[in-house]
Amino acid sequence: MDRIARRNLLNNIMLSLTGVCTFLTVSVLFVILGFLVWNGIGSVDWNFFTKLPLAPGELGGGMANAIVGSGVVILIAVVIGVPVGFLGGIYLAEFGGKTVPMMIRYTADLLNGVPSIVIGIFAWTILVVPMRHFSAWAGGFALSLMMVPIGLRATEQFLRGVPNSLREGSLALGASKTRTILSVIVPAAKQGILTGLILGVARVAGETAPLLFTSLNNQFWATSANEPTATLPVMIFTHAISPYEDWHRQAWAAGLVLLALVLVANLAARWVLSRGVAAQRG
Amino acid sequence: MTKQVFLTGLLALGTAVALPAAETINAAGATFPGPIYQKWFEEYHKAHPDVQINYQAIGSGGGIRQLTEGTVDFGASDMPMTDEQIKDVVTKRHFKPLHFPTVLGGIVPTYNVAGVNTELKFSGETLAGIFLGDITKWNDAAIKKDNPGVNLPNEDITVAHRSDSSGTSFVFTDYLSKVSPKWKSKVGANTSVNWPVGLGGKGNEGVAGLVKQTPNSIGYVELIYAVQNKMGYGSVKNAAGNFVKADFNTVTEAAAGAAQNMPDDFRVSITSAAGKNAYPISTFTWLLIPDKIENAAKKKAITEFLKWMMAAGQGDAQGLSYAPLPKTVVSKEEKQVALIK
Amino acid sequence: MAAPPQSRARKFVKLLVNGDQVSHLVTLLFAGSVFLVTVMLVYQLWIHSEPSRGKFGFSFLWKQVWDPVTGEFGAWPFIYGTVVTSIVALLISVPLGVGAAIFLAELAPPRLSNACTFLVELLAAVPSVIYGLLALFTLVPLMRSYIEPFLKKTLGFLPWFTGPAYGLGYLTAALILAIMTFPFIISISRESLLAVPREQREAALALGATQWESTWKVVVPYARLGIIGSVFLALARALGETMAVTMVIGNNTSVHASLLAPGYTIAAVIANEFTEATDAVHLSSLVELGLVLFGLTMVLNAMAQLLILATTGKGSKRD
Repeated sequence: MDRIARRNLLNNIMLSLTGVCTFLTVSVLFVILGFLVWNGIGSVDWNFFTKLPLAPGELGGGMANAIVGSGVVILIAVVIGVPVGFLGGIYLAEFGGKTVPMMIRYTADLLNGVPSIVIGIFAWTILVVPMRHFSAWAGGFALSLMMVPIGLRATEQFLRGVPNSLREGSLALGASKTRTILSVIVPAAKQGILTGLILGVARVAGETAPLLFTSLNNQFWATSANEPTATLPVMIFTHAISPYEDWHRQAWAAGLVLLALVLVANLAARWVLSRGVAAQRG
Repeated sequence: MTKQVFLTGLLALGTAVALPAAETINAAGATFPGPIYQKWFEEYHKAHPDVQINYQAIGSGGGIRQLTEGTVDFGASDMPMTDEQIKDVVTKRHFKPLHFPTVLGGIVPTYNVAGVNTELKFSGETLAGIFLGDITKWNDAAIKKDNPGVNLPNEDITVAHRSDSSGTSFVFTDYLSKVSPKWKSKVGANTSVNWPVGLGGKGNEGVAGLVKQTPNSIGYVELIYAVQNKMGYGSVKNAAGNFVKADFNTVTEAAAGAAQNMPDDFRVSITSAAGKNAYPISTFTWLLIPDKIENAAKKKAITEFLKWMMAAGQGDAQGLSYAPLPKTVVSKEEKQVALIK
Repeated sequence: MAAPPQSRARKFVKLLVNGDQVSHLVTLLFAGSVFLVTVMLVYQLWIHSEPSRGKFGFSFLWKQVWDPVTGEFGAWPFIYGTVVTSIVALLISVPLGVGAAIFLAELAPPRLSNACTFLVELLAAVPSVIYGLLALFTLVPLMRSYIEPFLKKTLGFLPWFTGPAYGLGYLTAALILAIMTFPFIISISRESLLAVPREQREAALALGATQWESTWKVVVPYARLGIIGSVFLALARALGETMAVTMVIGNNTSVHASLLAPGYTIAAVIANEFTEATDAVHLSSLVELGLVLFGLTMVLNAMAQLLILATTGKGSKRD
């Protein structure tokens, strides 16, 4: 075989291989989704969304408090984590010099790499023990620690992506730096930042370990954010490791609902991003 | 738009914080009695809607730690607290934890051996030998001696144990320490030990899953777990020399012997108990209640619950594969309730 | 006409909005809080690991025993397990991930590329518990009944593929970690490849290269630093992954050469034993393990940071 034919053959083989790689990696998601649907769809009924969990062996229970609890805990995480990520990202992109931003970026990446269980234990030590009770606040705080590095990175990245011409134009018109950031740069990077924040939410929505020692869990409705609160990931965990068949099915159902919620959040992020990009081009 | 969303969110949070909290009592501890505690607290709440007892099964050690740090109102444990742990609680929280036995349970050896459909019998030394790694094949002489006539294959034994610390492991290793001096000196008894051989599964379901899926394997799980999942389990030789299978009666009998000599603080181990049909791997499980509860409403709720638990609550035990407390233990416990100030 | 005189309150508000010093300070405070929290975290890890650090010193890092009953603890089996599973995970996921990234960046039509990337990024959102359960029910039996016996038959002469086929072990844990790191490698590598200027590809093709040669010899090296950066980020995730790993690794505290053997990782043992550890030395040893893992992550992140710093020099997307 002459050289050109050999090179063409190699070309075809390698390119097909990359297609195979893609197929393998993407198909994993379908396997996961398929498994959850197969095992859990039967338990996703009206009761699931409206009733409290019942003792094993009793049918008709649900995870209403866990769905709401997850919402509360994530809301707290967002209220704490989003400003820190957003404003911190602005600092890194617009105000910082060389060393301080580098240090902060490095520690944010370190925080990103800390195992979720260690974050949970940390939040337990500094919040739960002094407060002497478990609470949704502590859970939200732990989750915010995991959200911040993602938001920080995304904000900085997308702010840096805004062309310098916009900055210079605004400054040339006499606006202060603050006004430039607020009125020009952030709106220009708005979609990207939003994506980063939504991805941060998606990531923490499924985390279990940080919640085990902070918001704990609750069979009943928590009447305030100051009490142990039920959340979907912890419910999945406790139900999946129990001996009971119907609790296992509920665990799969909860997994399906959780994944569906995260899928919706991701879709929302993408849709908002694509609309923003189209608007900018137009 | 974003401003409005943000403000609404803050308002919602504010209301969430401002709502008056109902009388919620938080408790945490052992996973072993988790199912029956959940049932009890649910039933009790239905009968007394103003009392909510939220119990979370985070493990016996977890319950002890949270009680020591004061993050829960009471705890639960499969093992009695050590003197050191009790001293710690007294120092940090200024009350003494009282042990209240609630139910009894058993731990069973579960196995998956090719070609064996009958129930296997295990003597204490054999079990210790298997978990020590001294007995490595299913057709070992020791196992054959306990099971005459059973066709055991010439296969390696795969041992499954708990990877996570647990009261179940504590009771099992406590039993092995009593029947095997070698186990006692080499490994010892604890919620988490340095297992000489075997794979670690997380939780009962991890061990059960391991045994179910691995041919020629053996593990230990709580009785309730084996029953709920319809797993086969063997009988164990007790101190009296009989091979006994764990069930309601045999576990109760193990406690009956201990009931005679029950110490005042109820801290006792009933593994390898005396009694003709006593199941040797049985255990009490305890609620750890402070002897001083400042909040009057909480104190009333907890003491009322304890009284209910010792009477009506005991009726739920058998349905969930636990054994209720012997009457002599109950009457002694009722006196301890009065100690709660 | 001159503007009307303003009240002092309005002047103050204007100063706030126009005053760059204030916003500089405010944003610095928020950014600094990240630094502060991380320092607090390390501090907590440091002081709570004092009993075991005092008792074992540096020997903690290479001791091989983990015995809660006698109070002897050593980190080596966990360090070994963590490093082995993470490296094998990367050995699996980097070729697959970079291959998929190449396909998505160079070959796939844009809509397919975006759709597939979106799907792969969803993998990042699947809770770790579900990965673990899925692996238990599907991957472990598959490994035990088919894959591991096959490996033993073909590669059994190597020390890495000996021993009984349990289905649980380093290899299974590495596989599940590989799946969990796909999103990072594919997504970021794809971005890096897309950032390579068209002229590079066209130049290569103009010189007569096949598409594969243009991609492999020109585009990928150009995007090399971004791809390597993604690998380090994936590695950081793999090192800290807890739930999924503890369900499939077999949780055995000894060191084995064979990948088919059961093992343990730092994150897994902390998750398994932390709630129940009541003995002071046991507890502090677990915390010290957390400190060791933090140290490992620090080293790796420093390397990733340097590489990414170098990347922003080449091929960044500013105008």
